Amino acid sequence: MLILNGARAMFAAGVVAMAAAPFLFDANHVVLLTEFMSMLVLAVMWNLLAGYADIVTVGQHAYVGVGAYAFFGFAALAGVNPYLSIVLAGLVALAVAVPTMMLVFRLRTAYLAIGTWVVAELLMLASGKLNAWGGGSGTSLPLSIVLSFGRARDDRLAAVYWLAFGLAAVAMLATYFLLRSRIGVGLTAMRDNEEGAAAVGVNVTHARILCFLGTAPFLGIAGAVITLQKLRIAPSASFSMTDWTVLIIFNVVIGGIGSFEGPIIGTFIYFVLRQYLAGLGAWNLILLGTFSIVVILIEKRGLWGLIRRGLGDDLVPIAHKPSAAFERTAKANINAASDNRQ
Amino acid sequence: MIAIWANQLLQGVMLGGLYTLFAIGLSLSAGVMRFINVAHGDFIVLTCYALLLLSTLLGVNPVVATLIVLPVAFLFGFVLQRFLLQRVVGENVLLVILVTFALSIIIENGLLEGFGADPQKISGGRLETATVALGNGINVGLFQIATFFTAVALVAALDLLLYRTGIGAKIRAVSDDVAAANLIGLSSVRIYAVAMGITFVTIAIAASFVSIWTNFDPASGPTRLLVAFEVIVMGGLGSLWGSLAGGVILGVAQAVGGQFDIAWQIMAGHIVFLIVLALRPQGLFPKY
Repeated sequence: MLILNGARAMFAAGVVAMAAAPFLFDANHVVLLTEFMSMLVLAVMWNLLAGYADIVTVGQHAYVGVGAYAFFGFAALAGVNPYLSIVLAGLVALAVAVPTMMLVFRLRTAYLAIGTWVVAELLMLASGKLNAWGGGSGTSLPLSIVLSFGRARDDRLAAVYWLAFGLAAVAMLATYFLLRSRIGVGLTAMRDNEEGAAAVGVNVTHARILCFLGTAPFLGIAGAVITLQKLRIAPSASFSMTDWTVLIIFNVVIGGIGSFEGPIIGTFIYFVLRQYLAGLGAWNLILLGTFSIVVILIEKRGLWGLIRRGLGDDLVPIAHKPSAAFERTAKANINAASDNRQ
Repeated sequence: MIAIWANQLLQGVMLGGLYTLFAIGLSLSAGVMRFINVAHGDFIVLTCYALLLLSTLLGVNPVVATLIVLPVAFLFGFVLQRFLLQRVVGENVLLVILVTFALSIIIENGLLEGFGADPQKISGGRLETATVALGNGINVGLFQIATFFTAVALVAALDLLLYRTGIGAKIRAVSDDVAAANLIGLSSVRIYAVAMGITFVTIAIAASFVSIWTNFDPASGPTRLLVAFEVIVMGGLGSLWGSLAGGVILGVAQAVGGQFDIAWQIMAGHIVFLIVLALRPQGLFPKY
């Protein structure tokens, strides 16, 4: 219990430090942390779908790309306020997710996964045909838009960081409350035992649709925020499968799929490892892929699954705890049942 | 004008033969093991590199190289299923997707490390350049015709294997109901492994044709997977003859799209797939 409370205190201190990061760290670290927050959002969203809603997507880079292109369209081409453009980018991603959902939900499990990939591929190819967006080679974000986030470099980096941090915070709070809600309890029940959940009347179809559509605006806004870091859009970079889907999947699998803490741990470990693996080129992905397979074979709940055994409880309490009185009755019933059998 | 379109149509049908070859293995593994091997396309590319090594190091011609690779491919598929995929199959579909997805990334980057990003190709010699004139200025490559008829023959052969032989009956029994098959004394683990071995034989055949047909590089696996996937979904899941139809539709769609604008070639294929999915989600020739 002492260790658990200590871990929770450290987590809380970490969150406070992150909120004040631009005051605490130099520019290089703020850039790194901005990237961390963006990838964390993508990891939290993929984990919500794969870990709870039983929807494996390998096409989530579609919404990141759509968000990036929509942001550029509103801010650079239509002259909409840049901050408003970020929000609108999320709405466009949602608008793309609706017909996609109607199409790919006709497919099940693995077929659905590849179906999302086909849609992502099509959207990437289509984005290369948009001449106003620079066609196949993409284009840079106009300087006026970049400067509207702060005239000095440090101010701008801080503003973009807080956008990324804010998005990550909202994404995690939304996930927390969703999983605590009736829908989340149903999803968790389904994750643990599908037949059992169906038998007690969990309607998973609605929950899955809600999750699929709910992740799209977050991914789209993340795409806009990522564009503000990279300062340019291009089909291959904005719709990068390696960056916005492959790495995210590996991070979540290694950190612990189907847990609140898993995406955070996985993304954190990736950023630490990356400092050492940077020179390895293609070996980087080979190692992460191999590590993911080993994790799946040994401990499906990932590193957090291992840590949690030591701590005894979640860092962020998602599960509803049974009351002490309920546990006493349940235990008494089990004892009585085993006595009867003897 | 008519001749141009007839020519494109014919090229599309022939391309459909190649796409059917991609799809047969995926259809088999999806139909029997009930999961999609995300690394399917990368295994095709991996085999292309194996063929390339054989033909450059030993100097053997593509036919001999293929004959050497076929038994190795069977063994590879058998071992992969028996010692890796079997450990996650049945438990949760999510895990199989993730394991094969990770395999796909490992293969892609491993090939990139080993061979570099340059496109490679295997020369088919005279067979590759010979054409058959059908009159009216319509010419079809002999190799393209051979590919198409190999696809038809392979579909027919697998159909016979699954529905007319003892091992086929066992495979179908395990695929219908694993528990019941185990109950009557079939070893589902072994039969799954044999089915994956057969899948890899079809992968090797597809690889030997595509390595001559067009360039390949470490990153061309996903394109092959998406083609195979679209073909089996359009054809109807589990239907082998359906994949021939699906392959031809995709091939013709790409050929017609490519006639308008080269960049539209791939997009036209995806769009036709999504239209078929919207109108007929069960595919054209559903088995079940």
